[in-house]
Amino acid sequence: MRKSLEVILEIMKKEFYQVRRDKKMLVVSIVAPFVQVLLLGYAATTDIKNTTMVVCDQDKTEESRGFIREFSNSGYFIIRYVVNTPPEVDPYVEHARASIALVIPAGFARDLLSRKTTEVQVVLDGADANTANILLTYATQIVASYSQSVVARYATRIAGRSIPRILPEPRVWFNPDLLSSNFMVPGVVALVLMIITMTLTSLGIVKEKEMGTLEQLMVTPIKPHELILGKLIPFSLIGFLDVVIVLALARFWFKVPLLGSVPLLFGLSVLFILTTLGLGLWISTIAKSQQQAMLIAQFFFFMPFIFLSGFAFPIANMPQVIQYVTYLIPLRYFLEILRGIFLKGAGLNELWPQAMALLAMGVVVLTVSVLRFQKKLE
Amino acid sequence: MRAGIIQRLRPIIIKEFRQIRRDPTSLGMLLVLPAAMIILVGYALDFDVKHIPLVIFDQSKTAESRAFLDKFKQTENFDHKFDAGSYREVEDLFMNNKAKAAVVIPTSFASELLAGRDASVQILVDGSDANSAGQAVGYATRMTMDYSTRMVTQAWELRGREPYLPISFRPRIWYNPDLSSSRFLIPGLIGFIVVLTGVISTSLTVVREKERGTMEQIMVSPLRPVDIILGKTIPYLFISLLAASLILVIGYLLFDVEVKGSILLLYAAIFTIVLGALGQGLLISTITDSQQVAFMVSVFSSLLPSFLLSGFVFPVSSMPIVLQVLSNVAVNKFFLIVVRGVMLRGVGFDAVWEQFVYMIIFALVMLAIGTRRMVKRSQ
Repeated sequence: MRKSLEVILEIMKKEFYQVRRDKKMLVVSIVAPFVQVLLLGYAATTDIKNTTMVVCDQDKTEESRGFIREFSNSGYFIIRYVVNTPPEVDPYVEHARASIALVIPAGFARDLLSRKTTEVQVVLDGADANTANILLTYATQIVASYSQSVVARYATRIAGRSIPRILPEPRVWFNPDLLSSNFMVPGVVALVLMIITMTLTSLGIVKEKEMGTLEQLMVTPIKPHELILGKLIPFSLIGFLDVVIVLALARFWFKVPLLGSVPLLFGLSVLFILTTLGLGLWISTIAKSQQQAMLIAQFFFFMPFIFLSGFAFPIANMPQVIQYVTYLIPLRYFLEILRGIFLKGAGLNELWPQAMALLAMGVVVLTVSVLRFQKKLE
Repeated sequence: MRAGIIQRLRPIIIKEFRQIRRDPTSLGMLLVLPAAMIILVGYALDFDVKHIPLVIFDQSKTAESRAFLDKFKQTENFDHKFDAGSYREVEDLFMNNKAKAAVVIPTSFASELLAGRDASVQILVDGSDANSAGQAVGYATRMTMDYSTRMVTQAWELRGREPYLPISFRPRIWYNPDLSSSRFLIPGLIGFIVVLTGVISTSLTVVREKERGTMEQIMVSPLRPVDIILGKTIPYLFISLLAASLILVIGYLLFDVEVKGSILLLYAAIFTIVLGALGQGLLISTITDSQQVAFMVSVFSSLLPSFLLSGFVFPVSSMPIVLQVLSNVAVNKFFLIVVRGVMLRGVGFDAVWEQFVYMIIFALVMLAIGTRRMVKRSQ
């Protein structure tokens, strides 16, 4: 046991020498996460701002103006252009000068007063499907609320007494202002941590293989698990430094509210980087060249993880089969942990399944790497 | 002279192709994995937020409240998963990520309605995912108000009047009428994958030679640095174009994503951005000495900016001004405007020439600096 520790220490020393000699690598692994989180924390926003609207009011009555006012008062839309005929609306949408167009038909007020259905049109540019979808939700909501009040008004007039309505009272928990940065910044933090830790280790063993130094290590009495631990620990230290940097950025620069426990946050972050470092090592044992290792990391890990972890696309929205696949993605659990601790003040009571999943994955991945490595040695 | 260049280039290109062929796994990954990504993304991702896990807390427990709640049970926007008996239970479900939205019916719901007074229902939403939460609020309020409106018009029907909805709302959505997210994402994915592969492959293939010391051998040969660069990049240019074509074919066959505009223009755009990516890779290879560092620099300078800064997923117009200016560094931003324009809107060169000019400048600058640094080293 003691001897094993000494061996691990020696390998660590060697790795540290290598890291120190390769100053660029050290700079990249510390400065890059800082810069990336700083920039991309701002970039990843799903807030729809500055939505300009072009209006074509063919009715020009008190009613139609009231209806348009519902749109401008909602806070979602800024009425920037007014045109007279429906075809004039098209160039505004086509050249993206307006995100949405509202066309009110002639006879809007007449139909409303004579209790006939009147047809209002909105025009959206669907090429940006996400924005169009959100704008459509807002617009439909405004129309529904207007309809409700129109009907209630007339119904009251007919019945001679007030007709009851059901009024929705929305209340948003955990992030009352619906700031997307509170959701996205922890996501960017997790993403950057994953990428840095996996790239650090994914080339670690392949490199020795390619350079032929692995054979030299094999003839020494070093055991596989000693080699793996010796390689892993220095990278874990760099990874931990990155954890501190990026979490501090999220809390103090982006002012993401941190409601939960700080030690728990750090503890589970360490658990996460152990899994990703382990995954990197595992890639390193299955790849034949550094190029292969990087292709595997990029296509089998980074891309699917980014798309399927719930970073930007809600998991509940995916087909059932894919939802099962997401259980294999450590980033998914870490995102739930980060967002839970930051925004909801969740503790181990709520987060133990995610913590267990990360722990299990870490153990499995590291064991498999050691075993694969052992087999290769014999 | 012309023949001279080709003669000089041939052996390096052949060597590079041989190296690629000797490693069929890598080649397979370069071609097959982008295609797999398209299928995954096209199939898995949808912006239209559906199936929001819902918890219902019905304090009224009357025929009226049940009739109202039925609407929430039938829609595909919400999945009714839990019934709670207290606010505490609702909060627990939110904390454990089991539910993201709740409808709470007050005790007085039915009595208020029967007495002819307005009743209110509470809609609680987990706001940590701001985007989904906003949409959940939108769906729930709309459903509530529509239900209420219909309640009134039904009452009219009983009095012998025609029921009606005052405003019928007809959205007309251009270019992507069913708001399919694959039609939105696939053009972006082409740029994402092509840039990534180009930058990483070139930077690694050059640094690999440096690491092994074979770069010196090539340098002392009569080949000029320009020849070496061309020989190293041309094979990857081919592979990238092939990967892009594969994505286009799959997008068309599986997800009905057609190219509305000119295919030639589309390929011109892909060609230009690949050149830029190869130049960027070359530049990275001249400032790094190990594959590990080259890989890291490549990922951080291409993967994350292409994903987050380019407008691929997040709208550039919503970013802070400083970042909108900075986003110009991500050449993918311009590529995306061109490709979405050509593929979805069917625009011609006159609508996207500015973006083309930028992409060409980017490619030229990257290639020029990369080549210069390489030439300097060799002297």
